Amino acid sequence: MDDYMPSTTLFVLLLPFLAALFAPALTRLFRHNAAWLLAIVPVVIFWHFATFLPEISKGEVVTGGYQWIPAFRVNFSWFVDGLSLTFALLISGIGVLIVLYSGGYLKGHEHLGRFFSFILMFMGSMLGLVVSDSFLMFFVFWELTSITSFLLIGFDHKREASRRAALQALVVTGGGGLFLLAGLLMIWNVTGISEMSLLLRSQGVLADSPFYLAIFVLVLGGAFTKSAQFPLHFWLPNAMEAPTPVSAYLHSATMVKAGVYLLMRLNPVLGDTAAWETVLPVFGGATLIVGTLLAIRQTDLKLMLAYTTVSSLGLLVMLTGFGHPKAVEAAVLYLVAHSMFKGALFMVAGGIDHEAGSRDITKLGGLMSAMPITFAAAFASAFSMAGLPPFFGFLAKEEIYAGLWQPGAWPLLLTLVAIVGNGLMFVIGFAVALKPFLGEKPAGLREAHDGLVLLWLGPAVLAVASLLTAVFSSVTHRLISIPMATAVEGAPVSVYISLIPHIGMALLLSGITIVFGIVAYRNLERLRSAMAATLTAIGWGPDQGFDQFIRGIVRVSFAVTRIVQNGRMETYMKATFVLLIVAILVPMILFDELPAMPQWPQDVSLYELAIMAIAAVGLVAVIFARDRLTAIVSLGIQGFAVALLFMLFGAPDLSFTQFMVETLSVVILALAMTRLRLTPTDHRPIGKRLFDVTISVVGAGAFLLLLLKVIQLPFDLTLPEFFTNYSMSIAYGRNIVNVILVDFRGTDTWGEIAVVMVAGLAILSLIRISTRRPWPSIATNDPNDEERR
Amino acid sequence: MRTLIFRTVAPYLSSLMVLFSVFVLLRGHNEPGGGFIGGLIAASAFAIYGIACGVSPVRRAMYFHPMALSAAGLLMGSVAGLLSIFAGVPFMTGLWVTVPFFTEELKLSTVLLFDIGVYFVVVGAISSIALALEEREVE
Amino acid sequence: MEVPMAFLVAIFFAVSIYLFLSRHIIRILLGAAILSNAVNLLIFTSGRLTREIPPILPAGGATEGIVTANPLPQALILTAIVIAFSFFAFLLVLSYRAYQELGTDDTNEMRFAEPEEQKLPPLGY
Repeated sequence: MDDYMPSTTLFVLLLPFLAALFAPALTRLFRHNAAWLLAIVPVVIFWHFATFLPEISKGEVVTGGYQWIPAFRVNFSWFVDGLSLTFALLISGIGVLIVLYSGGYLKGHEHLGRFFSFILMFMGSMLGLVVSDSFLMFFVFWELTSITSFLLIGFDHKREASRRAALQALVVTGGGGLFLLAGLLMIWNVTGISEMSLLLRSQGVLADSPFYLAIFVLVLGGAFTKSAQFPLHFWLPNAMEAPTPVSAYLHSATMVKAGVYLLMRLNPVLGDTAAWETVLPVFGGATLIVGTLLAIRQTDLKLMLAYTTVSSLGLLVMLTGFGHPKAVEAAVLYLVAHSMFKGALFMVAGGIDHEAGSRDITKLGGLMSAMPITFAAAFASAFSMAGLPPFFGFLAKEEIYAGLWQPGAWPLLLTLVAIVGNGLMFVIGFAVALKPFLGEKPAGLREAHDGLVLLWLGPAVLAVASLLTAVFSSVTHRLISIPMATAVEGAPVSVYISLIPHIGMALLLSGITIVFGIVAYRNLERLRSAMAATLTAIGWGPDQGFDQFIRGIVRVSFAVTRIVQNGRMETYMKATFVLLIVAILVPMILFDELPAMPQWPQDVSLYELAIMAIAAVGLVAVIFARDRLTAIVSLGIQGFAVALLFMLFGAPDLSFTQFMVETLSVVILALAMTRLRLTPTDHRPIGKRLFDVTISVVGAGAFLLLLLKVIQLPFDLTLPEFFTNYSMSIAYGRNIVNVILVDFRGTDTWGEIAVVMVAGLAILSLIRISTRRPWPSIATNDPNDEERR
Repeated sequence: MRTLIFRTVAPYLSSLMVLFSVFVLLRGHNEPGGGFIGGLIAASAFAIYGIACGVSPVRRAMYFHPMALSAAGLLMGSVAGLLSIFAGVPFMTGLWVTVPFFTEELKLSTVLLFDIGVYFVVVGAISSIALALEEREVE
Repeated sequence: MEVPMAFLVAIFFAVSIYLFLSRHIIRILLGAAILSNAVNLLIFTSGRLTREIPPILPAGGATEGIVTANPLPQALILTAIVIAFSFFAFLLVLSYRAYQELGTDDTNEMRFAEPEEQKLPPLGY
C-alpha cells in the first residue's frame, strides 16, 4: 500500500465527525439550506470509496492503518473488499440523499442543527464499522452506532414514546454488542488473530475449534439484536418514533444492516457448518413470516414499512445461512435492492406525512395529481419491492428463487416461506405506493403538493438508480455484485442475472408469488382484521416483555436499595468500621504476619510520657464532656498535645501548623456551636454502648497491631537518604520538608491547594445558600399517566 | 469578646501576625516555615481581627475578596508549574535565577512563586471560611 | 519510643471510632477531628521517630553522615493537616446548615434524602 491512500482514508473516516462539530453553527447560519453544504461530506466519502472500484473489481483489497496500542497488538486499521465497499457506497450514497431530505423534512425545526450533527455522527460510525479491520475498532464503531441511533430515535425527547423507543433500541442493540465483544475476544483467544483480514485467510480454524459453538452463539447474539431477528425484532418498529429521515436511513442502508454485515463478513470463517445452516435459516424464515404478518396488520405507512424491514432482514439472514453460492448472490442483490427501495419508500411516506398531515392509509387517497413526482418514485420503488421488472428488485427476486430451489425437503420448505414472505411484501409495497395516491380524496385532508426539492429528490434519485442498476446489470455485477458476493462466499463467484428473463423454475416461482400477491392485495382489509383479531387474542408480545423487564429491574434495585441504604447513619458507620477491622486483621492472621511482643523502650523520658498522658486525658475528656465548652477545650488539649509531640520528635514545621490549625478549629467550632444548641451529650442505651465500645476497642487494637508490625519491619532508608542528599544539591533548599512540598512533590501540593480552595468554595456556598427554599418535588413520570403508543 | 483592651490591641496584633507570616513564608526554604504555615498564621490574624472588630473592617483591610486571593494563589502555583514546560523541562521543575539586589544576591525561583501561591490559597480559603462564620454571628 | 506512641495512636483511634458511632452529628464531627490526628500520628510513627533533630541541613552544605528526622512523613502530614482542617470546616458548616434546615442533630431523624417510607421510583421512561 502506498502512503498517500491510507491517510486520505483516515481523513474520510473522521470527516463525518468533524462535520458533526460544525453542523449546528452552519445550520444557524443557513437554516435548512445547510443541508446542501453538509451533503458535501457524504459526497466526498462516496467519491473517495468510488475510486477504489477498479481495484476492488479486480479482486484486490485496500488496507491501511496505524498502530493504536502496540503493546496489545491493537491497531486502528481498515480493510476494504467488495463487501465493505458496497456497504460504504450505500451508506454514503444514501447518506447524501438523507441529509438533503432531512433539510426539507425538518425545515424550521429548532434543533435541526443538532439533528444534522447526530445523523453525521451516525453515518461516521456506520462507515467505520464496515471498513474496520481490527476487532476492537469494529466493536467500538458497533457500539457507536447503537449510541448515535439512541440519540436519533430519541430526538423528539419530550415525548415519552420516543424516550422509550430510544432506550429500548439502546438496551437491545447495546446489549447485543456485549455478546459480540465476548465473541470477538473468544475468536482472538482461539486463533490469536485480532484482524478481520487475517481471520478471513484462516479458513477452517474456527469451524474446527472446540469453542466454535460458543463463538457462534455470541456472534449471533450481536447480529440478531442489531438486525432485529425474531423474537428481538420489537425495537425496530418502535424506532419509528424517530423523525422519518432517521427511519429511512436506519432501515435502508445502515444500523439494521450492520448485523447482516457481520454475518456476511464472518460467513467464510463461521459458515458452512450444520449449526450455521440450521440456525440462520430458521430464525431468518421465522422473522420473514412474522414481520410480514405484523406489517399486514398496520395502517400507519411508516409502521407497515418498518415491519417489512424486519421481514427483509429475516430474508437476508435466511439466504446468508442457506449455504449455497446462488443464495449468497441473492442475498447480495437483495441487500442492494432493499437499500434503494426501502429508503425511497420511507422518504415517500415521510413526504406524504409532511404534505398531507397523515400517515394512516385508511385516511389517505387521491394524492396522485397533487404529488406526481412522489407518486412516480413510490410506484417505481413498489415495483422493485415486489420484484417486478424493470427494477433491481426483480433481479434479486429471480436469484432468490434460483438459489433456494434446490433438491430436498428443507429447501422446499424455505422456498415456500420465501414465496409467502415475498407475496405479502408485494402487498405491502403496493399498499404503501398506491393507496395514498389513488381513489377518492377523503374530506378533511390537507392540500398537498410535491413541495421542496429537498423532499422529493431522494426518492426520485433512488427510484432511477433502481432502474439504471437493473438495466445496466452487467456493469453493476462487475463493479458491485461480484466482488461483494466473492467476499461473502470466500471464493470466486460469478453473477449473470439480467432483466432478460430466462424460462425456468425461478420465473415460475416469481409468477406464483405475483398471483399470490394480487389475491392478497384484493383481500387486504380482511387480512388486516384477521391479523388484528389474532394479535388481540395472543395479547402478549416481546414488546410488553421489555416493559416488564425494565419494571422488574427497577423493583429489584429498589428492594436492594431499601436493604443496603436504610437511612441509618449508625448502620453505615458500623458496617464501615467492621469491614475496616476485617480488612486489617484477616490478612494479618491468615498470612501469619502478627507482630512480635513489643519491648517497652528504656529511654522514655518523663516529659514525653507526660505529654502523651495529656493527649490521652484530652481524648477521654472529649467523650465524657457534659457541656459543649468542655468538649471544645478537651479537643483543643489533645490537638496541642499532638503539636508538642511533633515538636519533640524533630518536626517543627508540623508543630507550628498543628498549633495554628488547632487554634482555628477551636475558634470556628466555638463560633458555630454558640449559635446552635448542639449539645454533645450522648443517649445511647447501655447495651448499644457496650457494642460500640467493643467495635472501637477492636478497631484500635487492629491499628495497634498494624503499627507495631510496621515498626518491627526493617526500615527502608532509600527515600529519606535521597531527600537528604539531593535537597541542597538540586533544589537549593535546606529545609527538606519544604523542599519536598514545593519542589520534589510540587505537583501533589498543587493538587492539594486546589482541594483546599474547593473546600473553601463549598463552605461559602453552603453558608450563602438561601434558607428555607421550597424543595423541588420530583416529577411523577408514570407510564400510565401518559398515553403511549 | 469585644472588650476594650482586645479591640484596641487586635489591629496591632493582627498586623504583626501578618508581617510575621510573610517572614515565615520567605524563610521557609531554609528554616522551618513555608507557605502552609505562613498562610495559616495570616488567616488566624484576620480571624482575630474579625472577632475583635467585626467582619466589615477585615474585608476592607483585605481589599480583595478572600476567595479571589485564593484563586490568585492557585493561578500562581499553576503558572509556576507551567513556566517549566515553556522552559522545556517537565511540569513543576524548579527554575532558578540570581538577581543582584544592592549588596546581596537575591535568589528567585519558580519554587518561591509556587510557595507564595500556596500561601495565598491557604490565606484566602481559610480566612473566607472564618469570616463567613463570623458574619453569621452578627446576624 | 515508637512502642508507646503506637499505644497512644490506638487510644486516638478508639476514641474517634467511638465518637463516630454516635447518632449526634456534633460527636461525629469531634470524631472526625480526632481521626485526622490519629492518622497523622500513625504515619508519623511508622516513619520512625528521631528526637529533636529537625530535617534541616546545616548552612555549610555538607550532607554526608547527617542524621535527621525522616522528612517524608512530615511532608505528607503537613498537607494532610491543612486538608483535614478544610474538611473539618466543611463538615462543621454542613452539619450547622443541616441543623438549621432540618431542625435536628440526630442522624436518625435526618431523613430528607432517605425517608422512612420510600415510594417506588417512577416506572416510565
